[in-house]
Amino acid sequence: MKAIKDILDQQRHLFQKGGKYENFYYLFEMAETFLFTPDHTAPTKGVQVRDAIDLKRLMMTVVIAMIPCLLFGIWNVGHQHYIATGQVASFIEKFGIGCYVVLPMLLVSYAAGGLVEVIFAIIRKHPINEGFLVTGMLIPLILPPTIPLWQIALGTIFAVVIAKEAFGGTGMNVLNIAMTARAFLYFAYPGQMSGDVWTYLGGATPVEGYSGATALAVAYDTSVAGTRTVEAALGDSWYAGLYELKNLFLGAMPGSVGETSTLMVLLGAAILIVTGVGSWKIIVSVFGGTLLMGYLFNLLGLNEFMSMPPHYHLVIGGLAFGAVFMATDPVTASHTETGKWIYGFLIGVLTVIIRVFNPAYPEGIMLAVLLMNVFAPLIDFYVVQANKKRRLKRATV
Amino acid sequence: MSKFVKLKKGFNINLTGAAKKKVVESIIPNVFALKPSDFYGIERPKLMVSEGDTVKAGSPLMFDKKHPDVKFTAPVSGEVVEIRRGKKRKLLEIKILADQRIEYLEFHKYTVSELSNLSREEVLKQLLPSGIWPRFIQRPYGIIANPSDKPKAIFISSFDSHPLAPGYDYLLKGEDHFFQTGLDLLRRLTPGKVHLNIDSDAEVSPLFGAVTGVQVNKFSGPHPSGNVGVQIHHLDPINKGEVAWTISPYGVVQIGKLFLEGIYDASKVFALAGPPVKEPQYYKTFDGAEIEKFVENNLTHDNVRFVSGNVLTGERVEKGGFIGYYDHMITVLKEGDYSEFIGWILPTSKKLSFHRAFGLLSFLNKNQEYDLDTNTCGEERAFVQTGVFEKVTPMDILPTHLLKAIMAEDYDDMEALGILEVIEEDLALCEFVDVSKHPIQSIVREGIDLMMQS
Repeated sequence: MKAIKDILDQQRHLFQKGGKYENFYYLFEMAETFLFTPDHTAPTKGVQVRDAIDLKRLMMTVVIAMIPCLLFGIWNVGHQHYIATGQVASFIEKFGIGCYVVLPMLLVSYAAGGLVEVIFAIIRKHPINEGFLVTGMLIPLILPPTIPLWQIALGTIFAVVIAKEAFGGTGMNVLNIAMTARAFLYFAYPGQMSGDVWTYLGGATPVEGYSGATALAVAYDTSVAGTRTVEAALGDSWYAGLYELKNLFLGAMPGSVGETSTLMVLLGAAILIVTGVGSWKIIVSVFGGTLLMGYLFNLLGLNEFMSMPPHYHLVIGGLAFGAVFMATDPVTASHTETGKWIYGFLIGVLTVIIRVFNPAYPEGIMLAVLLMNVFAPLIDFYVVQANKKRRLKRATV
Repeated sequence: MSKFVKLKKGFNINLTGAAKKKVVESIIPNVFALKPSDFYGIERPKLMVSEGDTVKAGSPLMFDKKHPDVKFTAPVSGEVVEIRRGKKRKLLEIKILADQRIEYLEFHKYTVSELSNLSREEVLKQLLPSGIWPRFIQRPYGIIANPSDKPKAIFISSFDSHPLAPGYDYLLKGEDHFFQTGLDLLRRLTPGKVHLNIDSDAEVSPLFGAVTGVQVNKFSGPHPSGNVGVQIHHLDPINKGEVAWTISPYGVVQIGKLFLEGIYDASKVFALAGPPVKEPQYYKTFDGAEIEKFVENNLTHDNVRFVSGNVLTGERVEKGGFIGYYDHMITVLKEGDYSEFIGWILPTSKKLSFHRAFGLLSFLNKNQEYDLDTNTCGEERAFVQTGVFEKVTPMDILPTHLLKAIMAEDYDDMEALGILEVIEEDLALCEFVDVSKHPIQSIVREGIDLMMQS
């Protein structure tokens, strides 16, 4: 350890003011602070001891919470590949194919986004913030496994530049960065973001009767055809049991890399809630809003999708993943505690509305989160205004 | 109508090295100092002594141009040995070499029956030149009170919930009579009530339990339940245009002594505490004592920092520095000027955290005492909303929004969001728990300064 420290100390002068690479100081700072927590001490006046938390640890906690989804996603990409092509494969083989597909996605996302971060940090002369640790991981998890890598790079760069840096950088963005990347790709390259893209075939011919449709698409089609219930349609899949409720919950089905398994998402949610990093209020209220809206639609029952039992909404599509990892993004969510309830609840409600009524976007959570990101400051405004009014009411002058 | 307030939000920082209940009286340092930087709200201090002058305890050393009646006086008798100035001749310290036997400047001595008939003007006439007046702090802004104001109430917090802070009941043992006399005199200064706020989580000491003529309120909960600003917020919050005063129990006792004995008694028991202190205990000395003699041969560690006050709101002083006017403790901490290999992710149960993020295990053992040092445990980063400030602020105030309003210099918003109700210490825990390591207390003071100028 001492040796590494010495090497860093020797190079430091190159990056300090007047040094050869002074422009790259924050790059050096990033490397250094990742290796060693700095020897900074508290200032003369004020709090003399500090909490052991720092931004790196906070962000890493979210990354750790996503690891169950990532690992399951890697396996599932392989699993879907082998059942679609009709081959029997071992766990290792499935995981191997999954790694072959997913790891490059992860790498490209981190590299592209990281590059933008570094460039902006150098231009703006501020430290490189650790928030991208989370965003870089989120982006591949919400994309289909078949997406071209250059699109991931493009989407990531677009999202980091437009959604984050244009608004002033870390902590100032209005829109969730990962969701912006997905929305950008969705509208720019619909061919690679919808339809038959959810299973990695890798050039192999699928088995007879194979359909790449997701559970969400199957459910939506019932409302068009109107011949059978959603449950019946889901039960009658090309691969036995693929869209049965149990499997929908476990997540061994086609979909975006990391968001198919509600179980793994709940595991991540447990980590976020126990560590206090994610707001349980938001997670609970998204689920609550979804169930309530689903139930209301049941009462109306105008088409088969509306009559789908509300709990199906929680296990199909990316709702669970979005509720736990996207809606809880503390920067873009409501900042006030009261506001979090409203914010989460409306995300749930909007997701169901978009899913059921909008033929163009079967995945409602993406737009619901982005829409509520935009409304979060408005919700906060009223909550803050209420606080101000309570104070004003007491005053006599 | 006494009130009981149960606070849930907040956080106790448990440190090792709490002072044992033992007072050492034998050590008296030679040099004492008055530090103008201890006082908020003074414009331009004017010196009234020069080097070589002899003074008595209670002799005026300086005054502020804004309120020339209010004198800042010598804690001990002796010779003014040095007047230390900093950049732009800023007055830093007035140092006094103390006599062996302290001589006191004589103030008027009242009998008990005389005291009950004193008017507000007579009380002020005795208080202002005595050196006690700066103990009256005005809310809003946390500055020295303006004697011409008539505060809507006077608030006294009888307990200090800061880390390792000594109990006033212990510091002021046996001063019951002076304390009650002081309280009686406070009632002349306000048309409203005098509030004495006591800790309902601890045994009520006779000093505070038997008082009369004031409203006694009980507070329960973790720090900052002992902060007088938090207490005011729950009892009778400060609104625009209102003024309230606060004073510490020590100041109340000083008032009692001033009127009953006719002296300015700046003798003070303080706690020497902190993880690297060999024998953490109490010492009896005077205001502004030089700390060197107390810490000599009393430390287990060399590379340490001395803090006048507590670890949340205190100020670093040198070994040859002095105890602050408002402080009742010296905290010693190990300096944290070391780096730790991948310390940002290693699991640890040795470091205290309010958070429970990955690897921070201190929440599992709430009563453990920690040997914390001055390391910031991370570097300064862009502000990221985490909602944690709200969890350590037991007031109907939105700290994040208030801080943002301050940084935006938005006067209307600052006021609407409650800047009149807080001073630095009330948001000190936010600075402790902040993920991005920002100087929250300095930001609060900047906001207060802006409001005072407006």
